Amino acid sequence: MTETAPVISVSNLIKQFGRFAALRGVTADFSGGRLYAILGDNGAGKTTLLRTLAGLNHPTRGEFTVLGQKKFQDICHQVGYMAHPSLLYDEMSGLENLTYFARLYGISDDSRCADVIRSVGLDPELVRPVGQYSQGMRQRMSLARALLHDPKILLLDEPFSNVDIHSATEMVRLLARTRDQGKTIFVVTHQPSLLEGAADEFVWMQSGQIIGRTRELKPPEGAH
Amino acid sequence: MPAPTGITRATLLKDLRLEWRSKDAINSMLFFSLLVVVVFSFSFDPNAEESRHIAGGLIWVAFLFAAVVALNQTWAREIRNQVLDAYRVSPAPANSLFVAKALGNFIFVTVLEALMTPLFIAFYQLRALGPAWQLLVVALLGTWALVVNGTFFAAMSLRTRSREIMLPLLLFPISIPAILAMVQATTSILNGEGARFWIVLLVTYDLVFTTVCLLLFETVLNAE
Amino acid sequence: MNKAFPIFGVLTAILLSYALYMALVGAPTEQTMGDVQRIFYYHVPSAWTAFILFTINFVASIVYLARRNPKADMVALVSAEVGVVFCTIVLVTGPIWARPVWGIWWTWDMRLTSTLVLWLIYLSYLMLRRYSASGQTPLLAAALAVLGALCVPFVYFSIWFFRTQHPQPVMGGGGSIDPRMLHVLLINWLAFSCFAFLVCWSRYRLEKIQRDVEEAQAMESLMEDPGSRR
Repeated sequence: MTETAPVISVSNLIKQFGRFAALRGVTADFSGGRLYAILGDNGAGKTTLLRTLAGLNHPTRGEFTVLGQKKFQDICHQVGYMAHPSLLYDEMSGLENLTYFARLYGISDDSRCADVIRSVGLDPELVRPVGQYSQGMRQRMSLARALLHDPKILLLDEPFSNVDIHSATEMVRLLARTRDQGKTIFVVTHQPSLLEGAADEFVWMQSGQIIGRTRELKPPEGAH
Repeated sequence: MPAPTGITRATLLKDLRLEWRSKDAINSMLFFSLLVVVVFSFSFDPNAEESRHIAGGLIWVAFLFAAVVALNQTWAREIRNQVLDAYRVSPAPANSLFVAKALGNFIFVTVLEALMTPLFIAFYQLRALGPAWQLLVVALLGTWALVVNGTFFAAMSLRTRSREIMLPLLLFPISIPAILAMVQATTSILNGEGARFWIVLLVTYDLVFTTVCLLLFETVLNAE
Repeated sequence: MNKAFPIFGVLTAILLSYALYMALVGAPTEQTMGDVQRIFYYHVPSAWTAFILFTINFVASIVYLARRNPKADMVALVSAEVGVVFCTIVLVTGPIWARPVWGIWWTWDMRLTSTLVLWLIYLSYLMLRRYSASGQTPLLAAALAVLGALCVPFVYFSIWFFRTQHPQPVMGGGGSIDPRMLHVLLINWLAFSCFAFLVCWSRYRLEKIQRDVEEAQAMESLMEDPGSRR
């Protein structure tokens, strides 16, 4: 590969929760403008890796740089994070939620919020509180929250879980478009087939380590 | 970089809106302190003269317990759907969140006090012999003392097992001087004695603990 | 280090025995209170020792917040634990003395009350350490320790003013202390401080070993074959 400096560089990352080691020495470089699918069983360390990159977990050992920076405060406006829970207030509408989060990023232009909601295929005029959304709608609103400040790097944890196949395909198309704008996207998922053709690389994790990276959706040697 | 005061205002308005929609905190606080008033008046059955001597204690104990209800609620809202993580990954400074939460709690508890005080006066036939406006000063200073530490310790108990029980265990011992000052000031004013020492003590207490909480909050928020 | 510990232990034991002898036999009997006054040689040194330990806890917590040094955290933990024990001794011996002398078990006297509040604050510190679920317990505990220590002057002033407004039992003569008594008191204080240091030392070693074991176990779980985990 002939790309420039990696967007994210992880070296020997170890994360332990008490005696349990969630990450046991992850070393990898990820280059920009690509869509990575992170695959693996439950407990393989996918979510921990994502949370660590998002600055929510402090690694026990090892280090990583995002956009060449070690301190998360310096790059947090360049990272969008979508977690398994929605990270939204159930009692407020989608637009109200996004308007609040826009303030946290110093965005005062409210039309941006409506645009992002439209881009994930939802109606910004919807007054229904997020708590009454269907799971699929909530996932898309959650994605809108991660996209809100137009980050260079997207960390998405299970964006397609409980989303119907039609909406999921729609989301994948959106992600591919976003990638084509030069963004780097990490998707943790249990439904890799959705990303076949869209993802540039599949990253296979097992027991807190990266055991292989493939161009095609084909498990590497030694996986089980 | 977003302006800290703007974020504080947005967060405060968001909290007030959420509370206005759910009314979780204020309803449970009101009912709780109403119960305390009634139970106390049965247990002590005081006449007007005795009331003057014990009312300061009763009022503040009722408000203290009610405040704990509100304090637990404010962070419970941020834990649902892990919305707090959305704040933590944003560039918004931790202290903006703290100030917003403390102000929000201050408003809730002050509203509660405004609603409950007439009831106390009626039930215990209270009439101040000293300058009644000083009671207002004591109430505002005392309430701030409770909520500034309470907000801090509630955030701290988020990181513990059985967090709802943990808050009073952390808050009460450190609040003892403030509670003593509030109770003594109230009693002194009701009995027509000077309360200057207690008011000065409360002001100092508020200043010291507000400063230290602001210095330490980021550490507590970013603990996993 | 390994040799110093038993030697220091023996020295402390000798000192404690001598202090005990001095307190029970060597010191003159107080004229009005009689022998019960001798508990004073335990009560006061325990209080001083507890205050010193709480001060150490405060300093260690600040060091931990500034440097994130695990040793500072262990010092803070150990000094708070042992401090609470000595503070408990103060709170128990106080009433034992008060009952025959004042005729009451407890009085909301300034010193007793502020010691009680201090005890409550450090108990809540130990509770936090116990119930804190995260790996960030040291940070939270250090933050609480700083707030708790800052609270102490407020406790002292508020209770001082509170109590001077109210009637209270007469506290002995209030005159100067017999030099022989002072001598015994200081010897006891020295013995108690050595004892406290000894306990802290041993508790520190225990904590260190415990953390080393945890670390080793964590390392082991890192090393074991990933495939065999399920």
